[in-house]
Amino acid sequence: MISKEEVERLAKLARLELTGQEVEKMQKDLSAILDYFNLLKKAPPLRRGSAGQAPKITSGNLRKDEVASNNDLSEKIITAAPDKKEGYIKVKTIL
Amino acid sequence: MDLTQLTIREAHEGLKTRKFSSKELTLAYLANIKKLDKEIHAYLSIDENGALAQAIRADEKINSGTEISMLCGIPCAIKDAILVEGLKCTAGSKILENYVAPYDATVIKRLKEQGAVILGKTNTDEFTMGSSTENSAFGVTKNPHDLTRVSGGSSGGSAAAVAANMACYALGSDTGGSIRQPASFCGVVGLCPTYGSVSRYGLIAHASSLDQIGPFAKTVEDAEIVMKAISGKDKMDATSTDYKFQVTSSKLQGLRIGVPKEYFAKGLDKDVEKIIRDAIAKAEKQGAKIINVSLPSSDYALACYYIIGASEISANLARFDGIKYGLSEASEDLLGVYLKSRGHGLGAEPKRRIIIGTYCLSSGYYDAYYNKAQEVRELIRQDFAKAFKKVDLLFCPVSPFPAFKIGEKADDPMTMYLADIYTISSKLAGLPGLSLPVGKVGKLPVGLQIIGDHFQENRILACAKQLENN
Repeated sequence: MISKEEVERLAKLARLELTGQEVEKMQKDLSAILDYFNLLKKAPPLRRGSAGQAPKITSGNLRKDEVASNNDLSEKIITAAPDKKEGYIKVKTIL
Repeated sequence: MDLTQLTIREAHEGLKTRKFSSKELTLAYLANIKKLDKEIHAYLSIDENGALAQAIRADEKINSGTEISMLCGIPCAIKDAILVEGLKCTAGSKILENYVAPYDATVIKRLKEQGAVILGKTNTDEFTMGSSTENSAFGVTKNPHDLTRVSGGSSGGSAAAVAANMACYALGSDTGGSIRQPASFCGVVGLCPTYGSVSRYGLIAHASSLDQIGPFAKTVEDAEIVMKAISGKDKMDATSTDYKFQVTSSKLQGLRIGVPKEYFAKGLDKDVEKIIRDAIAKAEKQGAKIINVSLPSSDYALACYYIIGASEISANLARFDGIKYGLSEASEDLLGVYLKSRGHGLGAEPKRRIIIGTYCLSSGYYDAYYNKAQEVRELIRQDFAKAFKKVDLLFCPVSPFPAFKIGEKADDPMTMYLADIYTISSKLAGLPGLSLPVGKVGKLPVGLQIIGDHFQENRILACAKQLENN
């Protein structure tokens, strides 16, 4: 069984606030799911090259990293943010 | 004549010959939605005004004598994880309850260029994570064939909308089976295209190495028409490939069909098995050669999928932080905003998968889980590559059972995950798959899954068409 502290540590890493009840349910679910994942230990080791390789990502798939300006869209995206001021998204003080 | 029973082609012919207008067609669908959707709950939102405006524009085009494309004036439904500019896009989550899409997804742009009529947005499990729509924050979509049962998921709303004639066709997305499984449960055609054949720009990301958009339709030909409209390279999605989808006329005659033995093992419902075996026998009768094949790594697929999927989810859902969009909970500091907004806005399933993903990616566990899963994914890919040296297509069930009862699996995530057992492997290999209705257990539809090699959608569709017609 995954401990309460372990779930709380993961929740903090994932930036999730969980209630006591949620932590308890998560302990139970996570334990069952991770047990199931142990099945992979039985999988044979990977021998590469036996049936060709997975397609490689080539730079041909990528577009040039250019600035595309679309003021209309920027405005709409900022409008969707919960807190904004003068065309900027407002964030709490970090430091 | 009930206009909502027409296929895309029939509706197109009717519009072209002015037997009826797009406005009449659209009104007929809106009336059906009003009549049926209180009970079924396929839609999360209806855009009546927008749909009628698009219909009127289509009618103007038709009346002016301009040649119209196949989808012009035809009403459709869009899964609520795909952005349609100006309409709410919730992804079935409270955290996006009031989020309005600032732009069109590429698939929507392509449909709009054809003159499509968008009726509304359909229900989905939260962030497309689920197999029944029971994980939607806005309630379950019921199966039109039996209202006590689920429509499947995550694109259950889109499947149910097409099955109940509340849309002529619909778009959904498939990460582990989210198009094929609800299509099977609702008795419609559902196509999950090859990874890379359809742009995902504007699809709210679930697991980016797996997500794919595809059509739901009443017939195979309709699915083909929609696939043709939405596929192809898009500079906004670097994973989309330069692929021109062509309709071909492959024949079952002489075709080598593989039947993977691992898909007929323990856990498969006897009635479902019989329907699938009968469909395979039918293909054989029409001249196909049936070949038994083995995909030995199938047993590991589900674990592999939930590790990779959850890991990608934990990264992808980091953007829902209470700052950029959606729900934001006030707090004294930034960390508090993150914790509270995500804690209150996200439902149980996304939380569970974020935690699993965070675990699998965290220091000390990464090699045992994430890295191992990536290796197993390659084994699965190799299994299929070997099989496709011997056969042209694979035939198997979509789901081990027909639509299950609402609530039956809702409390146990592991049982729910097992519902995806037959759709996940091909997805890990990036292969296209189609669900074709081939029979019923009582009143519950059962779909045959046809899997093809990469970019062989045309072959899948051509053979499915032949099976559908004979």
